[in-house]
Amino acid sequence: MDQEITLRVDGKEHTLTVDTRTTLLDALRERLGITSAKKGCDHGQCGACTVLLDGRRANSCLVLAVANAGAEVVTAAGLADGDELHPMQRSFISHDAFQCGYCTPGQIVSAVAMLREAEAGWPSVVSEDLDADEVVLDHGEIAERMSGNLCRCAAYANIVPAIAEVARS
Amino acid sequence: MSGRGAVGAPLDRVEGHLKVRGAATYANEWPVENPAYLYPLLSTIASGRVTGVDASAATAEPGVLGVLTHLNAPKLAWPNDPEVAALQSGEVAFHGQFVGAVVAESIEIARYAAGLVTLEYEKRPVDVDMRADRDDLLKPQHAAIFGSQPGDLQDGSSADSAVGDFEAGMDSAIHTLDATYSTPIQHHHPLEPHTAIAVWTDDEITLYCSSQGVHLHRTLLANAFGIDASRIRVISPHVGGAFGSKVFPVTWATLAFMGAQLVPGRPVKFALTRQQMFTLVGHRPATIQRIRLGADADGRLVALGHDVVQETARAKQYAEQTVAASRLMYAAPHRRTTTRIATLDLPVPTIMRGPGEATGMFALESAMDEFAVSMGMDPIEFRVLNEPAVHPESGLPFSSRHLVTCLREGSRRFGWEHRAPATPARSENGWLIGTGVASSTYPSPRLPGNTATIRVGADGRHTVRIAAADIGTGTWTTLAQIAAEALDVAVEDVTLQIGDTDHPLASSAGFSSGINCWGTTIHAAAGELRAALNENGGAVPDEGLEVTTDIPDNPYIAQYAMYSFGAQFAEVRVHEDTGEVRVPRLLGVFDVGRVINPKTARSQLLGGMTQGLSMALHEAAAIDPRYGHVVNNDLGGYHFAANADVGSIEVHCLEERDPYVNPMGSKGAGEVCIVGTAAAIANAVCHATGIRVRDLPITLDKLLR
Repeated sequence: MDQEITLRVDGKEHTLTVDTRTTLLDALRERLGITSAKKGCDHGQCGACTVLLDGRRANSCLVLAVANAGAEVVTAAGLADGDELHPMQRSFISHDAFQCGYCTPGQIVSAVAMLREAEAGWPSVVSEDLDADEVVLDHGEIAERMSGNLCRCAAYANIVPAIAEVARS
Repeated sequence: MSGRGAVGAPLDRVEGHLKVRGAATYANEWPVENPAYLYPLLSTIASGRVTGVDASAATAEPGVLGVLTHLNAPKLAWPNDPEVAALQSGEVAFHGQFVGAVVAESIEIARYAAGLVTLEYEKRPVDVDMRADRDDLLKPQHAAIFGSQPGDLQDGSSADSAVGDFEAGMDSAIHTLDATYSTPIQHHHPLEPHTAIAVWTDDEITLYCSSQGVHLHRTLLANAFGIDASRIRVISPHVGGAFGSKVFPVTWATLAFMGAQLVPGRPVKFALTRQQMFTLVGHRPATIQRIRLGADADGRLVALGHDVVQETARAKQYAEQTVAASRLMYAAPHRRTTTRIATLDLPVPTIMRGPGEATGMFALESAMDEFAVSMGMDPIEFRVLNEPAVHPESGLPFSSRHLVTCLREGSRRFGWEHRAPATPARSENGWLIGTGVASSTYPSPRLPGNTATIRVGADGRHTVRIAAADIGTGTWTTLAQIAAEALDVAVEDVTLQIGDTDHPLASSAGFSSGINCWGTTIHAAAGELRAALNENGGAVPDEGLEVTTDIPDNPYIAQYAMYSFGAQFAEVRVHEDTGEVRVPRLLGVFDVGRVINPKTARSQLLGGMTQGLSMALHEAAAIDPRYGHVVNNDLGGYHFAANADVGSIEVHCLEERDPYVNPMGSKGAGEVCIVGTAAAIANAVCHATGIRVRDLPITLDKLLR
């Protein structure tokens, strides 16, 4: 069964017809040709497909496009302002926080959203005080909050300082 | 910047600005018009044959363009290699083998219709019993059967070796150790699955695919389909990780070709699912390894033995050099190594980062630690005492070998002198804390089949072409740096072109050979171009100047043993009540020759160490003995290290230039870093707890007593 939906992706509106079985990730990649979000496991286990969905990070392989008609989607491509990269993107480059680059757009989107979550005071499983007003993003907090994004090249030792630098600024 | 400072500069990756936006084009992302989609059918038995196919429901499904099985698939010219050929008969040799495919108008339709195809099987008994006491173990003939080189093992070396009289050496020893270690099946799992877009026309066949070597893939597919290789173009500029899984297994590309033949002229897109990657793209074979060591009263080794049994597939023999490192690491007058294989109804194993050395050195370096402790010796001093002057088997000198410096420098940086000699070492808030060390090594081979073209235009831009691969290794950046230095021009004045069979021949990315092979070839071409320019009075003619050069012979290969070395240090914490293991600190000190780019090299080295941590603590395929399938076949069940599993990782390179391996002075860096990590962690766990885990991975059940 097909359904017409509208998605706003990286600031641009798209109207498209999707199979009701189509995931948001496949709608982006196969229907709209927007390939910034990657398919790593199609299973919600690797995080390579992470996008901002109405402002919050989400695995786009785990949601159906038809159930998100009208949604605002931001990919790593949409974080950049034209040729001007987002500070998180610049920090990933200068810290060499990736090798093959396949998990990278998902890591970066996830990191940007994670900083907003921390700023809003959301605790993580390693936070000692669940009611603290302020989250201190030390190594343990960043690593925990970023563990939904797997990196098989294993750039974790560069990803954490890349994010920490942006968090400090 | 002039060319003089190009090599050794910690440059950012040149393609980094693409990767951080998700704009680097991976195989399945090439924009193509009106693609069809392929979804495969996998066998649900491990041994037997397909006796019946009912594809009627699938064929009748709207949007289905075709169903392929062995009954109607094209007959291949080269049907017998199960890493290349697919659907050539109904025979099933492992669970999760390709037995069919559906081509349809969309991913959703193809996948749904695949579920409508019914297959009937005749089953044979399943044998996946990995034991060292099987009565049908074989001496391997891997290279002789499938390779082009002599020898028994995958790298062309012999299965067995002997120097002196091993048994007599053991009899003469004052101290002895006899211990058996085992490692499970492990999987590569690059984040980018094996994907392809194939377009088949009467003239040209185009394959966008995820490849560690486009020329090898083209050759394999041309042979399989019995067509001229010049008709096929393979394109793979960016590869989302590989670790050995994107070299030899290409049945997925074969299937994409078959799908493309069904709909000539129309692009066919195919991506393996994560679950399918557990059986179709190789794995690191399981091993059972017996190490025997004998030493004199001072701790000098007099005998060293390493006997390996490893798993291989009934479909195709694969046997790797698990014993290789034991042949060169330590001096001992009496020595032997043996390799035997257990042939099982399992998918075909393949090379995985550090093939052989990664598992072999877990055993040897664990044994060295156990033996040192049993003799009351410091593990570092025991290794230093047994440092060989020359290669212990071949007698060749090493081109460079700074293992002792790595151990000493690592000891200083890690604070080894403060290590408590006793076990359990130290306890803190319910955590037992220990430290461990292990050595690392990996060869620096030079592979044939490399050619580079360099063209300089009147504008002074240099275009360097070679069909090399960047699988995350930094090739896009480092080869440009090598070219810039050799041409004595700025890196910005070099345009590198790789990852496409339209570029000259290149060996695959593997065996830590990339820089050694591609870089050496580019270096030679640069020399020729500069000579040609000199002949022209130093000026570039209006029409430009171009040279094409093959990789030069290295006369030193016959005269020197060429290896990278390293020393890895680990601090672990083991929870007294739960047995949970954490690794707050890893340090690696490496002798990899001159470093081309310290930034990308460091990433590669710490990435390998992290995969070594993952090998030590997390990774194992669980095979069901009844049905022969991988039970934990997703990234939830097969866990590899996530961010929170990793603590501090420090990397230090000695920067000692190697005089003989290549003109850049470099040695291999991609694999030495995963070799030894698991042993360093196992040794630290033993230091913390007194429990010696000889069976990877080190899970908490093995630490609860």
